[in-house]
Amino acid sequence: MSAGVGVDLENLWIRFGDFVAVRDANVHIKGGDFFSFLGPSGCGKTTILRAVSGFLDPSEGKVLIGGNNMIGIGPNKRPTALIFQNLALFPLMKVWENITFSMEIRGASSAERRKRADELLDMIALPDQGDKFPSELSGGQRQRVAIARALCAEPDVLLLDEPLSALDLKLRQHMRTELREIQKRVGITFIYITHDQGEALTMSDDIAVMRAGVIDQIGDGKAIYNDPATAFAASFVGENNVFRGKIKQVNGGEALISTNRSGDLVARISSANQGKLNVGDDAMMFIRPEALAIAPDGASGDHFVTANVTHEEFEGNSYNIFSEGEGGKEIKVSIPNLGQSFENHTGQSITLEYETKNAVVVPAGELAAE
Amino acid sequence: MTGFLKEFFNRNGIGVGAIMLGLVLFWTIGLIVLPQLSMLDFSFRPNLPPPEIGGPKDVYTLENYKYLVFGPEGGGQDYNAVDLRVFYRTLIAAALVTIFNLILCYPISYYLGQSEGNHIRIFALMLIIPYWINEILRAFALRIIFGETGVLNTVLIGSGVFDQPFDFIRNDIALYAGLGYAYILLMIFPMYNVIESLDRNQIEAARDLGAPWWRIHWRVVIPYAKPGISSGCTMVFMLSAGALAAPQILGGPSSLWFTQLIYQQFNDNNDWPQGAAYAVVLLVTCIALVLAVMRLFKVNMGDIGK
Repeated sequence: MSAGVGVDLENLWIRFGDFVAVRDANVHIKGGDFFSFLGPSGCGKTTILRAVSGFLDPSEGKVLIGGNNMIGIGPNKRPTALIFQNLALFPLMKVWENITFSMEIRGASSAERRKRADELLDMIALPDQGDKFPSELSGGQRQRVAIARALCAEPDVLLLDEPLSALDLKLRQHMRTELREIQKRVGITFIYITHDQGEALTMSDDIAVMRAGVIDQIGDGKAIYNDPATAFAASFVGENNVFRGKIKQVNGGEALISTNRSGDLVARISSANQGKLNVGDDAMMFIRPEALAIAPDGASGDHFVTANVTHEEFEGNSYNIFSEGEGGKEIKVSIPNLGQSFENHTGQSITLEYETKNAVVVPAGELAAE
Repeated sequence: MTGFLKEFFNRNGIGVGAIMLGLVLFWTIGLIVLPQLSMLDFSFRPNLPPPEIGGPKDVYTLENYKYLVFGPEGGGQDYNAVDLRVFYRTLIAAALVTIFNLILCYPISYYLGQSEGNHIRIFALMLIIPYWINEILRAFALRIIFGETGVLNTVLIGSGVFDQPFDFIRNDIALYAGLGYAYILLMIFPMYNVIESLDRNQIEAARDLGAPWWRIHWRVVIPYAKPGISSGCTMVFMLSAGALAAPQILGGPSSLWFTQLIYQQFNDNNDWPQGAAYAVVLLVTCIALVLAVMRLFKVNMGDIGK
């Protein structure tokens, strides 16, 4: 298989009339990587995918595949294969005909096609299913047939448009592992579109977080999760508690934020915003539920938060305490269940503590919708 | 069957159910099956003056069918060449009209079915509104267009394509155009219905896998649209073969449509049994042809209803 062909988007703009679907996207995707575009629906991620596959011409900018500019080259001539959200298997063709449709176009003989279909069916663990029709397969099996059909075209880049969204939860989690394994085995570049941060985090080498046509942050899963560049990235990826305030003091990589409710709190400035936050700026501080803990009574200081508990829940692997936050948002604390006993705090005022390295501050900005 | 009836009455109540069932039975049996059976019965009887009907001469006979094949007894010819030629020419012409309509209507149906937006509704209206006009008036309108001093000839001569008027009517071009136009909606709408439900992603998937446009149609769209295509073709073929107004108005003086022969038997010759026999032969042959073609293209009867 190919060593992996990279994809570059350079100053890519896509407009539909007055609506800007993609705004000045610049992305470098390394050959052989599993790269995800993560964002809510309508953020422009599918539009980017259509521009890479060739179904859509960008208004400005370039799409490079393996260093070659693809503008003006149709989808049937690009070294890409697309897996559609609804898979789009051909219902009137048998599974083996579906898989080898690209070979049929190239004029391969029926025997060659059969042989290749059998190889691919073995690879996707569906041996001897070639003579069935897609309607006779289960959702997960159809999913794998769609992957085999795309791989049969021997693309340099495989594009996947939320292909797991139609599956139930168990199967979805299983297919994540399987997709990742297939990607490692064939070694080609995968570009994956999803609104599910779990999918993006578990499978991807790198992730681009998108919001309203803009790429907010590009990085690996850990960077996106631990070191968000924007308020949107912090609130969209995983659960996060937000504290609003103004920068009171900047000390190297840390800042002191004066909040309305909880007084002055200290946090680490995220890498992307080092040196960009100044005293007096509106800022948002984020702390993950699992990074908060209950402090001894009476503790106070710049990494303690007082909170009025509204309700609690036991989730199995964790015990969650919810308390009033700012602007209608709750503060959630997740205490891992390690067999200890949990006190009931509902209606009480408690003090929460965190470590400075687990609180991150970014400029104030739009939050992800719940 | 009884289970079905029970459920039907449970759902609709005895009163409404009985009315609905009664009307359906009246429609199918009273208005379709019985008259056709009566025609079938006619076709096997001699043409007798009214007083002799039911008399000793009124016996079943194959005379009327023999007439179509061999002509009048003692007519001096081996076969009824005139009527037989009209018969097969009608069938071939109806088949050609059907194929022509299919080729013309498939792109229109595809365009209607796969495009989005309000202009599609306007387009469909523009197809439908002319059909508010009576079929005979439409045929006469075509006669005006194709006539010797008609619009088409005026334009063609004016632009220097022809020196003298071309006789579109004698050459049956007006007839084929009229028949094609008469049933265009019956070809478009079944196909449009099916193609509209085709997932556009399938077309894009085929394109993404490298297929040129003609192969996308050949392998993805046409197989999917097959029920609509067969439904449209069946209707157009049956109705063209059975058309009367268009051949009467647009046909050339030398070319007869088989339906015109049937009409002559019933009206001019006042020979109902003979006309009935001709009609039965046309109907049975058309059904047999349609079934044979459906078998050839592996279409199920159930698909036609889609």
